[in-house]
Amino acid sequence: MASSSQLPRLPLGPERRVQLMATCLCDAFYDDVAKATVEVLEHAGVTVDFPEGQTCCGQPAFNGGDWPSSRKVVRHTVKTFAGETPVLVPSGSCAAMLRHGALLEFEHEADLPAVQHLARKTWELADYLVNGLGLTRWPGRFEGKVAFHRNCHNRGTASEAASLALLQSIEGLTVVPFGEAEQCCGFGGTFSVSFPHLSSSMGHLKLDHIRAVKPDYLVSGDMSCLMHMGGLAEKDGQPVQIRHLAQILRDALVNVGHRA
Amino acid sequence: MATQLIDRFAADLPPDKRASVYQSTKATHEKRTKLLFDHFADPNHLRATAGEIKQHVIENLDTYLPIVEAKLAANGAKVHWAATAESACATVLGIMKARGATKMVKAKTMVSEEIGLAEYLGKHGIEALETDLGEFIVQIDHDHPSHIVRPIIHKNRREIARSFEREGLGDYNDDPGTITRRARKFLRHKYLAADVGLTGANFVSVESGRIVLVTNEGNSRFSLAAPKVHIALVGIEKLVPRDRDLGVLLNLLARSATAQQLTVYTEFISGPRAAGQPDGPEEMHVVFVDNGRTEVLASECREILRCIRCGACLNVCPIYRQASGHAYRSVYPGPVGAVLSPLLAGKQFPELADLPKASSLCGACQEVCPVNIPIPDLLLRLRARGKAEGAPRAAVASPPMGAWALLASQPAAWKAALLGGRLLNVLPTKFIPVPALRAWEEKRTLPAWQGGRFRQWMRERRKS
Repeated sequence: MASSSQLPRLPLGPERRVQLMATCLCDAFYDDVAKATVEVLEHAGVTVDFPEGQTCCGQPAFNGGDWPSSRKVVRHTVKTFAGETPVLVPSGSCAAMLRHGALLEFEHEADLPAVQHLARKTWELADYLVNGLGLTRWPGRFEGKVAFHRNCHNRGTASEAASLALLQSIEGLTVVPFGEAEQCCGFGGTFSVSFPHLSSSMGHLKLDHIRAVKPDYLVSGDMSCLMHMGGLAEKDGQPVQIRHLAQILRDALVNVGHRA
Repeated sequence: MATQLIDRFAADLPPDKRASVYQSTKATHEKRTKLLFDHFADPNHLRATAGEIKQHVIENLDTYLPIVEAKLAANGAKVHWAATAESACATVLGIMKARGATKMVKAKTMVSEEIGLAEYLGKHGIEALETDLGEFIVQIDHDHPSHIVRPIIHKNRREIARSFEREGLGDYNDDPGTITRRARKFLRHKYLAADVGLTGANFVSVESGRIVLVTNEGNSRFSLAAPKVHIALVGIEKLVPRDRDLGVLLNLLARSATAQQLTVYTEFISGPRAAGQPDGPEEMHVVFVDNGRTEVLASECREILRCIRCGACLNVCPIYRQASGHAYRSVYPGPVGAVLSPLLAGKQFPELADLPKASSLCGACQEVCPVNIPIPDLLLRLRARGKAEGAPRAAVASPPMGAWALLASQPAAWKAALLGGRLLNVLPTKFIPVPALRAWEEKRTLPAWQGGRFRQWMRERRKS
């Protein structure tokens, strides 16, 4: 979903502190991405809280059209991430769900204000680092050619420019452009299993463009796109190295001897 | 696992058809984007402005429609109102019968496709001939348009050459220039013989009652030159408040639709032939068509009525590029069609309830839309409607979410599931009875389950 109508954010407050929403994909499959996110944030001087009761942002059911089920999960998320401390999500699509999607499905609900409050304090990782904390460059060193996949949920948000700015500032790292960058990778949540032919065709087209520029790593701010593209590539017998932005940032620190 | 109709259609599409749709939509989209960004400092601002103009129109139709009716009448046109497709067709037939007319030449209009006008008139003994080259080819092939702006995007020139040969329009020749000249020669006589010229309207100015038509072939001009009667078939949402609003909309329409600054012909029709003018239709009729639009207006998807039918969302859409227009089983394909067609279907909504699902919600459609329609939001609203109404076609191959929601709202159960998920790493997944998992693994590998590991790491980090 394009995030065309997003509410302005609440001020960050004097303390550098966030509540981390690790996302269900990192909780289940990509623990290293969640770890890297914590390490990156702590390097930036941010205290990271991790509310143990967290589950999922509610997006699968929202996208699937089952809004009553989705609202149940969003209500749980609102409760879990209570208070004024900003919520930090290392995923463009979960951020878009909380910043925009949830507002659609709560339009006629009495607890819309609570959902709006969550929307106003939620940040995607790169957006938070660059536009929240005001970082303009990232320290450390990372040798390699990186193809950056713009995840669709960052369309119209500040996250895409922020991600690119951070990547391009890293010493040793080159971002290589590839064809039809504005096109979707074909993941699309439940779309990936409801429309497997379309989803995989879109993914293969994307992989063709990416392979053409021979990157060392395929990087994005969303593990869902990467899980899909990485899984397709591996199934083809031509695997690609996938990395979340947070892993690149963390590895750049580690490479110059920072304790992550 | 059963698969969605559109997914199956795409899988069965011949590769050469897919290639021609893909290449042509990609080229137009890229040219469109370059042109807009070369010509305007901030095309997105322009799109937002155009969206506000059209949103204003649809929210004030009750005010504007009576005003434009009076203006059109003052200009000498007769205004008709048609609530349904049937009444729109009957109105056109009535106008023709009153004149004893039997021959019509038609310019391209999507609303005539929507109401099935040509077939209707054919059944009543009236020849209604398409004069837009693409629509003409669709007509002789008894086919349907597969794109709003380029009806024959799914055909190649060899197929067209065979159709022309079959119709006695000359020996086989697949040179596009020759095909065009042959159609032109055939159509010239038809214009002269026609009693009625029918057009749509890209815009109608409430301020002046001017009807605006954009074409590249000049066929709408010919359709209005010789025939004594002009009928304009117009969806009720086609209004713009003022003539000056056309400056914004025309600048966006041609660039978005065909990557042109302006189309070759832009016509402003202010009424029938006035006293003292040598040429032009003696009668002009404007038929305003509702056909479900007021119901769309009353729904939570009313923004779709902003649409100016440029086709930019089709051109950029990764699904349309893979599946082509006929996959959508309706007059309006692509992202706009996935919203508009199920809505216009009225009680037949369940028949098309799968269309809103045929999207990865990537948002490229909204990003290019000249009137900034939040298409992904509207697709989501229609998914919620399909689910709430229990439309079977919307449910095909859709993973049920009830159990997931239960887990995801109870932290203890969620944590247990994170640990339990490790079974995925040891059990062959073919024994796991979850269709979505099968569908995933048919095309992709599944990463190793690491449920619980991050939480444990976090707890240890906090201890140290």
